[in-house]
Amino acid sequence: MSTLLEVSGVSVTFDGFRAINNLSFQIGPAEMRAIIGPNGAGKTTFMDIVTGKTRPDEGRVLWGEKSQSLTRMSEAKIAQAGIGRKFQRPTVFEDQSVFDNLAMALRKPRGPLAVLWYRPARADAERVHELAAEIGLSDQLSRKSGELSHGQKQWLEIGMLLAQEPRLLLVDEPAAGMTHEEREHTTALLVEAAKTRAVVVVEHDMEFVRRLNCKVTVLHEGAVLAEGSLDHVTANQQVIDVYLGR
Amino acid sequence: MRTSYFVRNPSVVIFLAVLLLFTLGVTALSDGAGNGAISTSFIKTLGKTLCLCLIAVAMDLIWGYTGILSLGHFAFFGLGGYMVGMWLMYERTRDIVITSLANAPIPPTEQEVVDAIGTQIFGVVGSSEFPLVWAFADSLVLQLALVVLVPGLLALVFGWLAFRSRVTGVYLSILTQAMTLALALYLFQNDSGLRGNNGLSGLQNLPGVSAPQSVVSLWFFWASALALGLGYMLASWVVSGKFGSVIRGIRDDEARVRFLGYPVEAFKLFVFVLTAVLAGIAGALYYPQAGIINPAEVAPIASIYLAVWVAIGGRGRLYGAVIGAAFVSLISTWFTGGQVPSVNLLGYRVDWVEWWQVILGLSFVLVTLFAPKGIGGLVDLVTGRLAPNRHGADYGPDQGALMEEEGRK
Ligand SMILES: Nc1ncnc2c1ncn2[C@@H]1O[C@H](COP(=O)(O)OP(=O)(O)O)[C@@H](O)[C@H]1O
Ligand SMILES: [Mg+2]
Repeated sequence: MSTLLEVSGVSVTFDGFRAINNLSFQIGPAEMRAIIGPNGAGKTTFMDIVTGKTRPDEGRVLWGEKSQSLTRMSEAKIAQAGIGRKFQRPTVFEDQSVFDNLAMALRKPRGPLAVLWYRPARADAERVHELAAEIGLSDQLSRKSGELSHGQKQWLEIGMLLAQEPRLLLVDEPAAGMTHEEREHTTALLVEAAKTRAVVVVEHDMEFVRRLNCKVTVLHEGAVLAEGSLDHVTANQQVIDVYLGR
Repeated sequence: MRTSYFVRNPSVVIFLAVLLLFTLGVTALSDGAGNGAISTSFIKTLGKTLCLCLIAVAMDLIWGYTGILSLGHFAFFGLGGYMVGMWLMYERTRDIVITSLANAPIPPTEQEVVDAIGTQIFGVVGSSEFPLVWAFADSLVLQLALVVLVPGLLALVFGWLAFRSRVTGVYLSILTQAMTLALALYLFQNDSGLRGNNGLSGLQNLPGVSAPQSVVSLWFFWASALALGLGYMLASWVVSGKFGSVIRGIRDDEARVRFLGYPVEAFKLFVFVLTAVLAGIAGALYYPQAGIINPAEVAPIASIYLAVWVAIGGRGRLYGAVIGAAFVSLISTWFTGGQVPSVNLLGYRVDWVEWWQVILGLSFVLVTLFAPKGIGGLVDLVTGRLAPNRHGADYGPDQGALMEEEGRK
């Protein structure tokens, strides 16, 4: 299987504290992966590294067929290359309508001049409506996104991710604070997305991870502790000790 | 396409209509073209106010929409004024020199004329040589180009350095204050080439024009109104579409915009330069009406006042900025003009010239704390009553969405 993203031997130190320690990770072009691990294991920091927010002290982060190095690219360039990210807290533009949030995320030229001259084509509006239907926000398009419920904001953010048409989606704790039904909807969205692209989901909730039905990577103290099916890793004694046993 | 733009932005139509009516009304009451109810000096005050409204629109773009609290835009305003002032002063002095040398027994050579102009202009700073920065002072076209180029280039270089290093928030504000302070200090020096603290003067006289000030003041008034109208339309066009979405996104959460793939720094730089150019144009129209420009005009406090106007008027909406600048600068003129009678308050004499500053400072604090939408927020009260929900402030879940859909049709 070819790899879309290859992280190898990456380490990051914050003020002497090693948050990521010689971490290696690979994912293919149309694969779902769950990352679990206790609080402070370095899951968010891992996403920060891939998306260019945090620069690793050592190691390589290679992307795509051409094995492009991401460690020197700006956040915007990395996003343009096809990596989308959903944050732990829902971050949508609360002051703007759901429609505008989605329209902003649509895959279009990103430079200031191109954006200045951009006028929405019919196809773009249709795409926004399509996405809204997918995330269940069709009748909320003209509302300010700040008025949405917590779960709706999470979906809007996932919708914005899909609008970007990324090849890799990094999703940080999407189910946090969601009701049971909301979780099911979210699972369905992610599973659907993973049919055509790579999706990495960080999640605490074991039930949620089980429903994703995918390979699991367990992080602990900034390194990979175990990798495999959920049943495989939950049977691992080390994993039970650091994470499940608590 | 055009009509739909105006339909979608009714406030632009209303603004332009009000501006047009105001311009016509003032013209009809002016000394130069009307019944003389408004004095020429007040025409100049109104014209200058329009220029201040234009720089307030620029300030709203950079601060209210993009979230960059620049406290240095008066540097660009002043530079625009200096650029046009150099031509005005040069040509005006040239006229005077030629008239005075006309009676000389031998007709003066070109070099003698230039030398005489130099002596006239730079005598106050003990020099008679033309500094390099005056190289194009004899060309109106070039100096007008510099009105746009000099502020634009300064903003480009400054903005590039600041944004590239990801300087944001209060640090950026301080940096812009440092920029305008540095410019003021430089201009204060006698060997800056721009006459030190004397500045440039006599700018109200248009070279080669014999029309009286009552008429010239109207020309500038009209030009200022036109510039404000065009600047307003440009600004509202910039903020209306996806560009507006992106810069408001930068204001609210710039990291998120970055992860959407937008080069945030390039957007900031674009808006910074655009607003610097608008400020430069506003300054170039302002100072011929003021008649004089000196380095004190670009002192740090001037840019802080600009932020106060926009805050009081209501940032994040263009007409708010205009209302704030017009309202505050006009009352300011009134209070500091010394015509307002002092008040005796329990034996203490309240002198408005000084106390006005206190009131202004106090209202800034009060507006920031209790009415963050500023005067422009009053518009919401009115439109909110006519068509609730249009501004999305506080409506119920599902009902509201419906009303807003209806409002669009
Ligand atoms: N910018 C930072 N500066 C200092 N320490 C940080 C920073 N980011 C993360 N850390 C530390 O790195 C560790 C990993 O954090 P994080 O990646 O957020 O964990 P999680 O797996 O819970 O998402 C934590 O101990 C956290 O305190
Ligand atoms: Mg985390």
